[in-house]
Amino acid sequence: MTPVHTIVAKELRSAFVSPVVYVIAAIFLAIVGLLAYSAAANASNQAIRLMQIQNTYAQLNLNDMLFRPLFRSINLILMIILPLLTMRLFAEERKLRTFELLLTSPIGVNEIVSGKFMSVIIVYSGLLSLTSLIPVTLSAYATFDWRPIYLGYVALFLQGALLISIGLLASALTENQIIAAFLSFGCILGLWMLGALGGIIGDTTIGHILSYLSFSEHYERLIRGLFNLKDILYYVSGIGFMWFAAHQAVDAYRWK
Amino acid sequence: MIDVQHVTKRYGNTIALDDISFSINKGEIVAFLGPNGAGKTTTMRILTGFMPPTLGTVRIAGFDCLETPWEVKKHIGYLPETPPLYLELTVTEYLTFVGRIKRLSEDQLPERMDTIITQTGLSDVRGRVIGHLSRGYRQRVGLAQALLHNPPVLILDEPTTGLDPNQIIEIRELIKSLAGSHTIILSTHLLAEATAICQRVIIIHRGRIVAVDTPEQLGAKLRKSETLSLTVKQSDPDLLEALHHIPGVIRVSQGATAHTYLLDTQMGRDIREELTQLVVSRNVGLLELKSQPLTLEDAFKVLTQTNTPSGPTINTPGGPH
Repeated sequence: MTPVHTIVAKELRSAFVSPVVYVIAAIFLAIVGLLAYSAAANASNQAIRLMQIQNTYAQLNLNDMLFRPLFRSINLILMIILPLLTMRLFAEERKLRTFELLLTSPIGVNEIVSGKFMSVIIVYSGLLSLTSLIPVTLSAYATFDWRPIYLGYVALFLQGALLISIGLLASALTENQIIAAFLSFGCILGLWMLGALGGIIGDTTIGHILSYLSFSEHYERLIRGLFNLKDILYYVSGIGFMWFAAHQAVDAYRWK
Repeated sequence: MIDVQHVTKRYGNTIALDDISFSINKGEIVAFLGPNGAGKTTTMRILTGFMPPTLGTVRIAGFDCLETPWEVKKHIGYLPETPPLYLELTVTEYLTFVGRIKRLSEDQLPERMDTIITQTGLSDVRGRVIGHLSRGYRQRVGLAQALLHNPPVLILDEPTTGLDPNQIIEIRELIKSLAGSHTIILSTHLLAEATAICQRVIIIHRGRIVAVDTPEQLGAKLRKSETLSLTVKQSDPDLLEALHHIPGVIRVSQGATAHTYLLDTQMGRDIREELTQLVVSRNVGLLELKSQPLTLEDAFKVLTQTNTPSGPTINTPGGPH
């Protein structure tokens, strides 16, 4: 077992003995399920109405009517629940003084940070894979284009990973879990707002920079089924930056 | 084994450690003695490589704490003031985790765990969740964590705080049994504890080393005088003077109240009988007579005084005279 594996295994063990993960998972899945159901019900209602008006067989685009709004909503839910999954990562270690054990062991800060990051990614991937039941079930009753859905899941994964890396950094900055959660809320909300601000400023250099810095535009493109390396690069560099900052924050803790 | 040279640690403007130097030989048990806030924990954190010193060098088993922290970390077992426990794990799960991050190989791990669990008396609770254990057991789990990878150097920050007397004796015996094969440095604010377990005592006060000595020598230095506390019912302006003339009294001073006197007496000379006779003959009402136990603060006073060239100050009566 490498040190990173050890940290991941311990984090998963700790995560699953606390009720937090179960509560968050239950709420997340219930809301996503409900949203998917209402979107599907809405789509079928519209299809019936169209059939009555046109008196022909109407084919609605489920990608437009169901999946894209669903992916947008899931993003909103993630912005609320992921900070709750990441808040304990380092804050708790600092509070319980177990950080001293980690930092006096022959194990690198990079291994600690990576292990913690990966453990939440694993939990999140598990949650995400459960939502795949929605397209799989719908595919039995309707036909739709799978490509935007695959890319949608890529987008969801990257978006989640970015939010988790923000939470990782926030948790490394404080020993109070509540403060850690609110720090990541603030940071995520700020990034989100940058996109809106960029949209208002419009087609200028500053507008473009602001829109680029926000995840909104990248996420939107991916869930529309548009694959662009630029967007992938945005997420990868964002996650890398947050990882590095968290590493620095952990390292700095010893110098205080 | 441990070599500390001119270490200074500042937190912002406060100086936590002021140019301390000492070295500890292989197999020694050394106590770090000092009141709370003296700099014990800071020193230990620097020794473990947890925090770097502002100035100075620390070498453990020949490795520099700043240049080769990795090697230093492999060579030490550290029990911080608060045992670093994951309360949601069981004892076995926790020790497995610790063994892995201490880089014990997978085939060594089960054997080491069994040895340590027996050694620290955790056999009965090995399957239990740490959060449900009593404080004494938690302290033992913390100790087990420090010993698990069999490090040559053990750094124990107040290993017996929060334990009941029986547990304290057990832990002390355990620490003593590790001497020889391990170099141990432990901190405590109890003078008795330092003298009971250790071969050498380093006394630290306000970030400076006040004395480094064996417990015997330290005891001899400290036992130059004994203090008696006397409380009477009525005040008597001449009593202070009279007390001072009892043979064997070195110094008399006013205690906390006007009716209390503190008498420093020569070692091995029991003056209690003469003292009671005097007080009774003066008819001021003897309320209490007791010997004052030597506190750490007193010890510091004595030690800092004996370190000055002029020697201990005697025969300087305090109070109105």
